[in-house]
Amino acid sequence: MTSIIGPASFKFFGIFPAAILSFILPVVGIGLFAYIMARRFAPLVRANPDNRFDHIGKRIRNLIIVWLGQVRQPRYMLAGVLHIFIFSGFLILSIRSTSLVIIGFSDGFVLPGFGGALGSIYNFFKDYAATFVLIACIIAAIRRGIYKPERYAVPEKYGKDHTAEAVFVLGIISTLMISESLFEASELAYEFALTGHDHFLAPLSLVWIFRAMLPSVPQNVLQGLHIFSFFVHDLTFFFFLCFLPLGKHFHVITSVFNVFFMRVQKGNIKPVMHGVSDDKLDDLESFGVKKLEDFTWKHMLDFYSCADCGRCSDQCPANAVGRPLSPRFITIKARDLMFKNYPLAGEIYKSNLLVEDIYTEDEIWSCTTCGACEEECPLGIEYIDKIVDLRRGMVDEGMVPQSLQKPLKALEKRGNPYGKMEKKRADWAKDKEFKANYQIKDLAREKADTLYFVDSITSYDDIIQDIARRTSIILQKAGVDFGILGKLEKDSGNEVLRFGEEMLYQDLKEQNIEAILETGVKQIVTADPHAYNALKNDYGDLPPVKHISQVVAQKISSGELDLKPCQDPDKVYVYHDPCYLGRHNGIYEDPRQALDAIDGLTRVELEKSRDRSFCCGGGGLMLFYEPEEETRMGVLRVNMAAEIGATVIVTACPFCLVNIQDAIKVAGKEGEIEALDFTELIEQHLY
Amino acid sequence: MTQIFAYIPFKNGAAEDVALEYPTAAKKIDEGASLTAVVTGSGADLDTVANEMTSIYSEVIKIDHADLAYPNAEVVRKALVNVIPADAIFLTAHDTFGMDLAPGLSVKMESAYAADMVDFDGLDGTILKAVRQELGGAVSTHMAIDISSGVVMTVRPGSFGPVEGSSAGGSVVDKSGDAGDVSVKRKFLEIVEAEAGDVDITKSDVLVSIGRGIEDEDNIEIAQELADAMKAVVSCSRPIVDAKWLEKSRQVGTSGQTVKPKVYMAMGISGSFQHLGGVKGNPFIVAVNKNPKAPIFQVADVGIVEDILDFIPELTEAVNDL
Amino acid sequence: MEILVCVKRVPDTAENEFELNSAGNDLDRDDLVYSVNEWDNYAVEEAIQIVDKVGGSVTVITVGDDESEEVLRREMAMGANNGILLSDDAFEGSDGMGIAAILKAEIEKGSYDLIMSGAQADEGAGQVGGMLAAMLDYPYASLVNKIEVGDGNITVGREIEGGNQEMNEMDLPCVLSIQTGINEPRYVGIRGIRKVAKLDIPVKGTSDLGVDADSVGEAGAKTKRLDYFVPDMGDGAEMLEGSTDEIIEKLIEKLKANGGL
Repeated sequence: MTSIIGPASFKFFGIFPAAILSFILPVVGIGLFAYIMARRFAPLVRANPDNRFDHIGKRIRNLIIVWLGQVRQPRYMLAGVLHIFIFSGFLILSIRSTSLVIIGFSDGFVLPGFGGALGSIYNFFKDYAATFVLIACIIAAIRRGIYKPERYAVPEKYGKDHTAEAVFVLGIISTLMISESLFEASELAYEFALTGHDHFLAPLSLVWIFRAMLPSVPQNVLQGLHIFSFFVHDLTFFFFLCFLPLGKHFHVITSVFNVFFMRVQKGNIKPVMHGVSDDKLDDLESFGVKKLEDFTWKHMLDFYSCADCGRCSDQCPANAVGRPLSPRFITIKARDLMFKNYPLAGEIYKSNLLVEDIYTEDEIWSCTTCGACEEECPLGIEYIDKIVDLRRGMVDEGMVPQSLQKPLKALEKRGNPYGKMEKKRADWAKDKEFKANYQIKDLAREKADTLYFVDSITSYDDIIQDIARRTSIILQKAGVDFGILGKLEKDSGNEVLRFGEEMLYQDLKEQNIEAILETGVKQIVTADPHAYNALKNDYGDLPPVKHISQVVAQKISSGELDLKPCQDPDKVYVYHDPCYLGRHNGIYEDPRQALDAIDGLTRVELEKSRDRSFCCGGGGLMLFYEPEEETRMGVLRVNMAAEIGATVIVTACPFCLVNIQDAIKVAGKEGEIEALDFTELIEQHLY
Repeated sequence: MTQIFAYIPFKNGAAEDVALEYPTAAKKIDEGASLTAVVTGSGADLDTVANEMTSIYSEVIKIDHADLAYPNAEVVRKALVNVIPADAIFLTAHDTFGMDLAPGLSVKMESAYAADMVDFDGLDGTILKAVRQELGGAVSTHMAIDISSGVVMTVRPGSFGPVEGSSAGGSVVDKSGDAGDVSVKRKFLEIVEAEAGDVDITKSDVLVSIGRGIEDEDNIEIAQELADAMKAVVSCSRPIVDAKWLEKSRQVGTSGQTVKPKVYMAMGISGSFQHLGGVKGNPFIVAVNKNPKAPIFQVADVGIVEDILDFIPELTEAVNDL
Repeated sequence: MEILVCVKRVPDTAENEFELNSAGNDLDRDDLVYSVNEWDNYAVEEAIQIVDKVGGSVTVITVGDDESEEVLRREMAMGANNGILLSDDAFEGSDGMGIAAILKAEIEKGSYDLIMSGAQADEGAGQVGGMLAAMLDYPYASLVNKIEVGDGNITVGREIEGGNQEMNEMDLPCVLSIQTGINEPRYVGIRGIRKVAKLDIPVKGTSDLGVDADSVGEAGAKTKRLDYFVPDMGDGAEMLEGSTDEIIEKLIEKLKANGGL
């Protein structure tokens, strides 16, 4: 009896060499794969430029942490762990898979270096890898097919359910694992029957189990099983390879690139067109994304890379309140359009306007730019820049909702969305009681170290003006020499930019930068996170910008600011992270540090806090937009706070304050819970 | 002697209230002027109105023509040009018909024109002193109108108040024959009635606006009853829409509709600037709120500290009794 | 269809607070922002939509000074094809009749199928459209909130009391004044305006139009504004006191006086 015949030497029916098949399969498989990839590349070549080769160090870091380290996966624990197993299994098994292909026409092939001890160690781990990949696939299949978690559900308007695709692929992967282990187990069982020599196998691994099942199987069956499982593996492998670019498993190939190219800077918005400077914008024929090809190549790569996991939509506040926006489907619909317009065979279709084709206007206007989707995506898919580009396209075509036209016009004429007169921008400082004790420097006439940038809502809204007064009091108590721009200050334009009105934003930005640089201040402080974000991340060329919570925290640490013990020890305080302070700018601890510096203040944490914070409903122009929704984001947030027993919601953003105050009334919780601004809490506790 | 002619609009055989205001206006123009009513139409309704007007006007001119059965402004103008003396003072209401008729009439009569007058200050020779408003009522202006070749004017209904006392014992003069050729290039087709629920709050002169004080969806009924009694429309502030008690189209505010009514009844509305931002044109604001410190009282003309759930039904009853 | 829309540059009622100047005879215009009259903007949007459907072109025209050109440009940024500025010192102080005469002189030089204006502007008179129609002997309809183009004629709906709509059929050419809400005007941003910054807008004066200087301007005006004033307001609401019945009685009196009943 000879040893088992591998596929390289085997002859079907004694005549036809199997090696021919094992040679043809890869050639055809790789050839077909290359063709498919070339077709998939086609739209990217037509796409707009993107600047993704800067900050190489940060990109490599992202690659290691997000891609290799899978750091975002455990945010959804069960699915995350399952995926980590499957992902790491794939990485480990990639070596084995490559070897197997070549084994098909070269008996006993081992990759260079994997001959001796290294090979044995590798085999040990790869056997367990295959095992836990199979177990993970089975659990995943049961979870997807039977338990059907909510976030995978496909609402009717978006088409058919995706469960079949998911379970099918899990089946393919399981087939690969089983066939690989069976291929090895059949050989080992044959060897044992022949020589009595028993290889050491990783105990309880898949191959170990198969091997244990096979001792009494006749040799010719083992031989057949060996060849059969090889070709099942080979065929499935190349089928899977060509199947990957056809659906959501394209991410298996694109993820490493997508994560490498993902955004390295937070809070800012991409330029209208990479490579076109602001002063050349007037020359552009068209602004924004109107058709599919207007997206950048990275955004198109994003569409390809979506794993359809639904985590983005699960975290999306607009989705939660029933607005027509679901980030997952922004991506899936665009991906499907790419597949449709750039088919694998045949003509490339001409693109229509996206907003008449796959998206609706309300869908695109519904986004509050909170960033929860991008924070969550394990593949580094971006959304905010795409929404802004789509809005730029709509604005260029005049497709702006009527309710937004008024505030935009007011911003153009008066520098604030309320249409109030410029000269009244500093009227908050003229409040009789306040003025008697505090005189605010006007930087047009006096000098100061620091600029307090007030921004529009704090300047003009009767109730929010209190924030300006309190911030001034706090700054003074903390020994900060500051002044304001007064009527020279224009709206920071954070929302104007994000709502796609690029030229109006440029206009506001230029006026603000000019006014600010004129004053010669060395730093800027604001109590408005939206202004903070625009000045710090979108403007450029400015002195350092700080939020009032950072100033307070720093002054507490240095001992310059002392706070009284809690004036309301019976209340239960919870801090709500504003999107533009927290997620976009990473300021989570400073406000908490300040609150905790108040002796006897009882503070609790919301489950959805820090980078999982839930948007209050949005600020700036979002206050003017009339969305179609089932409930309000603010109401959901207030209920979250009530559920954990909080009686005071503290927030460090004027828009959060407005939205949450309103929501408390709508939710009917007046008297049970109140909204408090950070500045009010601190000012209450100043000596 | 100055001759004043006043056009009487009517519907279903009943003259509009402005018919009672012309005499007051006429007195303010020129106490010694003659005042003649003019009414156009066809058939029984026209006769009823013409006769009714004899108790207020000493002379009532009626023009009866089949083409005038519906008040088509182009037809009416043609008829009037042949009947009204060229240098007369012609008054009509500043309503949708007046805006249609009056400007063209002034051209054809080669007269001066002045619209939406709210007050008159008498004649100084052939110069008429008057008052009107601009910029949505934000400012008022004094006007000087040269009426030497006549003038056509529209007056704002409600500005002059009804004439005190009547029984002028006037007579109807039929000038149908003088109308002449009234063929025009505009043909009236039909009236399309507004759908119930299809209400455009921006077009109503009087709004009964409700806020959180209404407390419950079921209570909105009482506001509708008051609106019906006042020939007004129900509007609201944002919370009512958010609660889905009324459609978005009813919302007044910076993120809702902008309204420019003559009268704004703010019932149970606190008066946030987002809400009041939608109220333009300086209307007469009546605020009813159980909180005496509600900001609405800063901007309202009249304030009443009461619970609207009690107050509104009583007001409705009183209005219906009028 | 060749459509002409008459537009006017007016102080923006939304973004201004109107105060009298120190002399007390005019508004304080230093801080005022101006824009195209809202009603006129609806008319231009309607014209553009009609031309999109049936072909033709939209021309916007205004009687004003150099600054009025900005509203013509804005409407062209929105989609109007041409702009004409009628400007001359002699036109200053014109009353409605004067403005209509100036417009008529220019209109007679062209051949427009449809002439539109907004139903009213800052003075709230709503007069020029009707005057223009009568001067040209074209049929007129005011407060139009619906237009359907037919064959040599159009069907229009007028907004009348009670939210009802009066349907009329009119021969062309005709003049219409347009009510707000007839459509949803498209947005015009800074970028759009910059795009039309270099387009040519002809300026015409008395000699180009051939109008009689006596019929226009202050000389020809029969209606003159003497001054602006603000009637006395008082602080805050007048709080009504007494029993509910008494309050209601007083309230009803006040409502009647202010047109509420």
